[in-house]
Amino acid sequence: MPRISGVDLPRNKRVEIALTYIYGIGRALSKGILTKTGIDLDIKTDDLTEAQVKQIRDLINDEYKVEGPKRTEVQMSIKRLIDIGCYRGIRHKRGMPVRGQNTRNNSRTRRGRRKVSVSIAKKKE
Amino acid sequence: MARSLKKGPYIDSKLLSRVEELSKTRQKKVIKTWARRSMIPPEFVGHTFAVHNGRKFLPVFVTENMVGHKLGEFSLTRTFRSHGGKKSERGTKVK
Repeated sequence: MPRISGVDLPRNKRVEIALTYIYGIGRALSKGILTKTGIDLDIKTDDLTEAQVKQIRDLINDEYKVEGPKRTEVQMSIKRLIDIGCYRGIRHKRGMPVRGQNTRNNSRTRRGRRKVSVSIAKKKE
Repeated sequence: MARSLKKGPYIDSKLLSRVEELSKTRQKKVIKTWARRSMIPPEFVGHTFAVHNGRKFLPVFVTENMVGHKLGEFSLTRTFRSHGGKKSERGTKVK
């Protein structure tokens, strides 16, 4: 099972998909990496040769930010938004949706679990 | 949808000329403006704007990080008073 930048790639998936298990690599970047190294998109991860794995590893190390550094980059850009006090920053700070979604219902991923109001909670008891 | 690159950024031309005037004379004055839709170009850095939010003018001091954002992003238009205060909820929400 090849290991690239600290992540184990799943065994029997196509490389194109397997690479997306690395934080910071999506389908587009994955495709780009494979075309640059000239590796067939359709091979399974287990069928990669050592040389090919090394090729991929080197390319990622040299040209892309993934995993830890990528996470800090994302965190930094959120922090920048918060620090300059713009609308998006404030939404981040409050844990509300940032991109103008409705908040009358839903948006539970950002807002967390529903807060049960006092009167309903009492009824259940 | 993002603005077409072909057009370049939208910067309120009157506002820009006022900023340039102030920069020339090295004055620091608060500029009152309604131009919330104007992008902040590098020339604005270090100036203070009073950006209208529909009700009043909120002071915005422009720093380097703000370049590329729009003035309106820094002058909030909505007030949110939190839900579920202890007293008010019991009184009003009866089910």
